Amino acid sequence: MNEISITQILFVSTALFFIGMYGLFTRRNMITMLMSIEIILNSVNINFVAFNKYLYPGKLDGVFFAIFIITIAAAEAAMAIAIIINLYRSHHSIDVEDADEMKY
Amino acid sequence: MNASVIIFYILSAFILGAALLAVTTRKIFRSAIFLLFTLISTAALFFWMGVEFIAAVQIIIYVGGIVVLIIFSIFLTQKSGEEMPKPLRNRSLFSVLALLFGFAFTYHLMYEYRFDQPAPHLFDVKVADIGTQMLSTTEHGFVLPFEVVSILLLASMIGCIVIAMKIKPAGENQG
Amino acid sequence: MGPYYFVLFVPLLPLLSFCILGLFGRKYIKTMSGTLGVISICISALLSLYTAYQYFFIDGKVNGIYQHIIALKHTWLQFSPGVSIDMGILLDPISVMMIVIVSFISLMVHIFSLGYMKGEERFATYYAFLSLFTFSMLGLVLSSNIFQIYIFWELVGISSFLLIGFYFDKPSAVSASNKAFIVTRFADFGFLIGILILAFYSGTLDFGTLIQRLTSAGSSPFFEIHSATFLGVSMLTWGLGLVFIGGAGKSAMFPLHIWLPDAMEGPTPVSALIHAATMVVAGVFLVARLFPLFSIDLTVLQIVTWVGAFSALFAAVVACTQTDIKRILAFSTMSQIGFMMFSLGVSKYGGESGLGYTGSMFHLFTHAFFKSLLFLGAGAIIHFAHSNDIRELGGLRKLMPVTHMSFLIACLAIAGVPPFSGFFSKEDILMAAYQSNKLIYAIAVLTSALTAFYMFRLYYSVFWKRDIHPHDKTHEEGTVSMKLPLIILATCTAFAGFVPVSSWVTSDGVPLPSHIDAGFSVFPVLMALTGIGLATYLYKTQNSRPQLIKSAFGSLYRTAYRKFYIDELYLFVTRKIIFNGIGRPAAWFDKNIIDGFMNGLATTTAKISGLIKGLQSGKVQNYALYFFGGIIGLAVLFIYLMK
Repeated sequence: MNEISITQILFVSTALFFIGMYGLFTRRNMITMLMSIEIILNSVNINFVAFNKYLYPGKLDGVFFAIFIITIAAAEAAMAIAIIINLYRSHHSIDVEDADEMKY
Repeated sequence: MNASVIIFYILSAFILGAALLAVTTRKIFRSAIFLLFTLISTAALFFWMGVEFIAAVQIIIYVGGIVVLIIFSIFLTQKSGEEMPKPLRNRSLFSVLALLFGFAFTYHLMYEYRFDQPAPHLFDVKVADIGTQMLSTTEHGFVLPFEVVSILLLASMIGCIVIAMKIKPAGENQG
Repeated sequence: MGPYYFVLFVPLLPLLSFCILGLFGRKYIKTMSGTLGVISICISALLSLYTAYQYFFIDGKVNGIYQHIIALKHTWLQFSPGVSIDMGILLDPISVMMIVIVSFISLMVHIFSLGYMKGEERFATYYAFLSLFTFSMLGLVLSSNIFQIYIFWELVGISSFLLIGFYFDKPSAVSASNKAFIVTRFADFGFLIGILILAFYSGTLDFGTLIQRLTSAGSSPFFEIHSATFLGVSMLTWGLGLVFIGGAGKSAMFPLHIWLPDAMEGPTPVSALIHAATMVVAGVFLVARLFPLFSIDLTVLQIVTWVGAFSALFAAVVACTQTDIKRILAFSTMSQIGFMMFSLGVSKYGGESGLGYTGSMFHLFTHAFFKSLLFLGAGAIIHFAHSNDIRELGGLRKLMPVTHMSFLIACLAIAGVPPFSGFFSKEDILMAAYQSNKLIYAIAVLTSALTAFYMFRLYYSVFWKRDIHPHDKTHEEGTVSMKLPLIILATCTAFAGFVPVSSWVTSDGVPLPSHIDAGFSVFPVLMALTGIGLATYLYKTQNSRPQLIKSAFGSLYRTAYRKFYIDELYLFVTRKIIFNGIGRPAAWFDKNIIDGFMNGLATTTAKISGLIKGLQSGKVQNYALYFFGGIIGLAVLFIYLMK
């Protein structure tokens, strides 16, 4: 385990983060956008735990943050689903290009 | 080159590969399944890093809750077998360029920084420690965020119900 | 407030009458408007006569010189410590004489209009305009400040415009009033520049101070205005020349005379008041007012002389061929004003050599009477016979006896036959011309002969020519209100020559003894009688001799009949040259470049805003991309560039 430096783990989490952002920018379906957001949150989790393990091994703060992030991500995903369902009822489509009422 | 290094490389390849497939595949159900794989690989990574409790929580909540929720919503809103429309070409081009640039920039920063390793201390996460610290009111206690998060969960539950509720038309009650 | 403060009421009463008639006349006063107008002018005329009595007989003279009295003065606009526009009343021999003339002739016209304009729907408006005109003209002659005279000058122009275009449903009347206003306005532009030049060099706008500063030989304004030159001509000549242009426009001198024949479209009493006796002499009055200045600049005096003489001869030639009564009288007015002008031009300042000045003013005085009498007579004729054309009229002497006698008296006066008033005033003019320039004298005598000829041509064509029996009379000659002014004016015409004007009105205020040189007068009177005789031979009875002469002159006759094509020349210059050469390019520039620039600015702004608007498309993923791009940009900025 000592042969893997923190930079390599951070490489993984950064790559995951940007993959998630690509999905957020590119996907037209609202539910797949939500999935991309979950990917981003996961990358952040990995980040927290890695920092805790490599830089502050005596404390537990990173672990706690990871727990809280998971909790809040769950609540947020539920909210997002509720909103998507509500939007689906009025637009009959979950294409994000169709929900463009807030324009000029 | 010992086994843990190899395991790490395999796990990271799996995570990144599944995530990439999750954001690029055209069929929505497959995207959900690839998300599932990503999340399970992340849990495996947590296992490898020694935080078993987080890995367990990840599997229970993320895989067992959120992915199921997503799959339910997919079934509720559309036919899952159809192909999704392609993203706009301009947008995907610009976003790829921006993101590649961003990734290079961020990784360059991190590479330059040279995190200095402190004195090696054993990283041992016991569940009892997590529990005690979660509910302690001392300096490193997390009881306040704990209570706040529980209120947040309550609020979000009620909010979801209110938002997703169908408003029945007034005349149907007598019948 | 000196002893002459009551002179303020002379112009103020007509102004009051204008306001009341203008505001309430149409609806409330209606036919009483005429009476109200007559009463206010009557009081004004009586006040003027009283002023004249007071000034000329009692206390106007100090040490044998008639004084310039400032009766009232009020500083209105102060530009700088020396230069201000004051509103004031200046009394000197010519202004007192003018207020008497203006108010008296206006009174006659008001009384005549009671009968002439009876039954007219806009009766009250007509009297309102007449009062406005009277106020403006009285204000003009009483002005003590050169800018004040300009203000009243413009007011007189407006009143003339309103009155010429009184029958506004006739297109010819509308275009005639436009023409009058535009031509005089164009001349007034020159007047304004002249005022500014004179005010700049003398540092003041007040008449007395201005004249005194620019004529005192040693002072610095005198030196400056003579030494400063523009295109080789001294500034004094420019200033006075431009002021004269303004006067020439108002007085219908060649080539700014084109509006006067067309101005006959207005009602005939209006022509009697404005275009015979009062407004058209405003130019002569202006030159007389600034005469001390004019007299030191010989170039301008030459211009004044030759313009006047040429206008006189030109108008006389054209009048010989015209067939409309009012147009003949209009050209006759132009000719007589030409007399007044060149008489001022040949005059010098001071003593005996100032005879031209006196002659000009005396002729102005007598001309007012006989010309307004001629016009009012023409009005009576037109009212009776419903025709303006002398070819259709004839034999009216038995049907309109009062008009006939007064018209005859006026014609004899204008021809210069003694003992009528015109003879005396023309005497003085011819004497002054003979003393200074023999060529001008010759032109003047020739013009007098032509004047006699065409006036008697008119007289015979209207009153003789053919026989009409008295029982052919279809209606009465005219009401008392129309006959009374004719009788009064005829009396004045007959006896005004005996008024000793030369002992009152002279160039420097010192009275001149009036002299009649019998030997000198023989030649002009003989020429006048020859003219009358020729007219009698040709026109007293209907015959073919005029036709033979007309065909003998051929194209020359035709050119004179068409007023020497001056109107056509003006139209050509304005339409082809000014409109196409200056107007059209300017309009193109304005429409395409200036408007185009403004529209271009607006269009560009709209296009840019359209582009910016596209940023808010409502698509969240675009927003997210912009957000992310911003973060990356800021991060690069802060981390690398702002170390």
